[in-house]
Amino acid sequence: MIVCIKQVPDTTDVKIDPEKGTLIREGVPSIVNPFDKNAVEAALKIREEKGGKVTVITMGPPQAVDALRECLAMGADDAILLSDRAFASSDTWATSYTLAMGIKKVGNPDIIFCGKQAIDGDTAQVGPGIAEHLGLPQVTYVQKIKEVKEDGMIVERSIEGGYEVVSVGMPVMIAVDKSINEPRFPTMMGTMKAHKKEIPTWGLAELGADEDKLGMNGSPTRVKRIFAPERKGQGEMIQGDDESEVCALLIEKLRDKKVV
Amino acid sequence: MADLIKGGSFLISQVKPDQVYTPEDFSDLHKMVSDTVAGFIKEKVVPQIDAIEKMEDGVAVALLRQLGELGLLGTEIPEKYGGAEADKISSLLIAEQMSRGGSLSLVFGAHTGIGTLPILFFGNEEQKKRYLPDLATGKKIAAYALTEADAGSDAMNAKTRAVLTEDGKHYVLNGSKQFITNAAWADVIVTYAKVDGEHFTSFIVDRDTPGVSIGAEEHKMGIKGSSTCSVIFEDAKVPVENLLGTIGKGHQVAFNILNIGRFKLGVGCLGAAKYALELSSQYAQERNQFNMPISKFGLIKNKIADMNIRTFITESICYRIGGLIQDVIETLDLSGDEAGQKIADAIQEYAIECSVAKIYGSEALDFVADEGVQIHGGYGYSQEYTIERIYRDSRINRIFEGTNEINRLIIPATLMRKAQKGEIPLIQAAMKLQEELLTPTMQDESDELLAKEEQAIENLKKIFLLIAGSAAQKYGEKLIREQEILARMADMVDEIFGAESALLRTRKIIAAKGEEAGSLAAKMTTCYVNGLVPKFDVWAKEVIAAMEEGDTKRTLFSILRKLTKFEQDNVFVMKREIADAVYAKNKYVVI
Repeated sequence: MIVCIKQVPDTTDVKIDPEKGTLIREGVPSIVNPFDKNAVEAALKIREEKGGKVTVITMGPPQAVDALRECLAMGADDAILLSDRAFASSDTWATSYTLAMGIKKVGNPDIIFCGKQAIDGDTAQVGPGIAEHLGLPQVTYVQKIKEVKEDGMIVERSIEGGYEVVSVGMPVMIAVDKSINEPRFPTMMGTMKAHKKEIPTWGLAELGADEDKLGMNGSPTRVKRIFAPERKGQGEMIQGDDESEVCALLIEKLRDKKVV
Repeated sequence: MADLIKGGSFLISQVKPDQVYTPEDFSDLHKMVSDTVAGFIKEKVVPQIDAIEKMEDGVAVALLRQLGELGLLGTEIPEKYGGAEADKISSLLIAEQMSRGGSLSLVFGAHTGIGTLPILFFGNEEQKKRYLPDLATGKKIAAYALTEADAGSDAMNAKTRAVLTEDGKHYVLNGSKQFITNAAWADVIVTYAKVDGEHFTSFIVDRDTPGVSIGAEEHKMGIKGSSTCSVIFEDAKVPVENLLGTIGKGHQVAFNILNIGRFKLGVGCLGAAKYALELSSQYAQERNQFNMPISKFGLIKNKIADMNIRTFITESICYRIGGLIQDVIETLDLSGDEAGQKIADAIQEYAIECSVAKIYGSEALDFVADEGVQIHGGYGYSQEYTIERIYRDSRINRIFEGTNEINRLIIPATLMRKAQKGEIPLIQAAMKLQEELLTPTMQDESDELLAKEEQAIENLKKIFLLIAGSAAQKYGEKLIREQEILARMADMVDEIFGAESALLRTRKIIAAKGEEAGSLAAKMTTCYVNGLVPKFDVWAKEVIAAMEEGDTKRTLFSILRKLTKFEQDNVFVMKREIADAVYAKNKYVVI
């Protein structure tokens, strides 16, 4: 199994530059994208039941190694960092190509796990992109793994108002939702082991990738404008001593607005 | 051991910046460990903090067991007994982070520290094998029972007795222990009893031993989520195999464990102080009065800056000591059965520093928590706000692990003992100072950054030597009865170690990262030393006036005038800058 992860700024701590409308990243701690931790947990659970090996992979700057170590501390067996200047400014298409090349180099996994999306970009495109680059089936928004068989798996995928049960062959790309599990905390022993573990860095040369498909060159996305959405009107809390008073107030307000 | 720094020697020697360990020296592993614990506290403990404080059934114990599953209860236990065998600094970082978990940090501290360490340090192989693996995982919970109703600070006055049965297989314990943390949940209790009413001895008692019972919960001012009860022994038959250490040598176990307990207490206070500062900075920036956030007012800035400075000194003290202990442990051969005893002895070397951490940390936290409440205004008095709990929880720290008064007596007593044994040349230094003071010298006036502060700290050390030397000459063996003088000596030791730790750390930051990176630390050091010099002036005068009269008094006063010469800086402007730096990150800040 291979789990793709991303190091992201902790958005609970992020402030927005009021003039530029962009995120102020300086001084904001970096964390493992929370959904990716669910992906790691899902892989570790399968390993506990069925055996196998869990490799985590990320594309990012050298400091992304911290995120990989955290996953190793959770219990992953190996970690690989894809890092090269040539990868800079990748959009989701070039990122998924790079990760797909990394995955190919690791070997032929049965399952590629991803988080459903990253909390910084919120695109949910990289997982599906990887599947497309590798020509594999994919199941997104997975909320439960019902069964893992020799050549396939049965999973639940959340959709609006319910869920679908999907039977899929392997190899497969699974993008997991937060509801699938609760990621474990790293143990002290795991942390100490992860600290000692060597994490290889693969660049353009190691991947043997097509330079035109990487970084800025391989990214068809162009950002036209970044802006903070205008603040909509605020909601109003209606308060009263009991339910009937609150209801009466609500009806009065709705009548005022000619809603009822 | 030749290169190791002797405990207490900082008072008479010049320490170089690269000889002190600082938080800037933390490794990536240390940061990972710290982040892991911080994550656990934030996600698992903070949401349950009300349940913990209300002592809802099983909440604290369940969390302690989860910490055990993560290996966080066994960081100091060797791998062969199921621990993680991490270094000392890691265990300090864990203790610091745990303090954000309110009462859980007490449950954790009592279990991993005073509960587990006596067995780790003084247990025989069989005892370690029997107890440590379950303590490391949290399967069993430990408590430490030393205090009795009439034997608090005077621990050796214990009334609990142990009598060997006729068949020689058991000791029968009778007596009761007071204020025992974790008592209600403990499976294993490390306690003390006098064998035949005479020989103070340590025992490991299993909770399920017939004759052991637990009293009602105390209704405490703070740390309400921790269990504190009496433990009663009524003809409790404890197997002879559970005697810990040697008959009559219980005091060695007790005092050694207290050294570590005191040091760790300082570290715990550090974590809580950082938390209180964070909450206060956030509140000050959110609370508007007179159409602006109160954070902008000079008086609030002054408080925030002082809170950050006191926390900085505490942090510099704690990790400097952590480094000293870590260094000495690294020189030890820990392969044999005596490993634990060796570690305990190594920590004993720094008994003075451990007491300093306890006194300084607990008083710094009291200050920070108090100012935190003040910044919160009326809301700080409301239980809706976390700062109210931190304020209540803080108070116990000046009381347990040896009151701050007892610790103030321990510091000069230990120092005098070390001097008499020739371990540190205190007497020689005092004599040399007398000669030096009689010959007029010009002090170098250097413009170098922090040169003035360094000179001031050197002078504070001289004031201490002057006072300690004069007091030793005047009272000799009877100095022990002059508690007010001893406490003033301890105050001086405490503050010298604190100010020097801050200075050396600042110098180390500047050497590694440049003057700009060290500018905030430099301002904090300057502000602190500015406040310290007049304090020493008053303290020294009090002691001199109590000891001497006439010409001797006047001579000492005139020497003191020279040593306290210090041109005051504009600390108000520096403190405003320090506060702005705290606001920018909304938390404790050094660089």
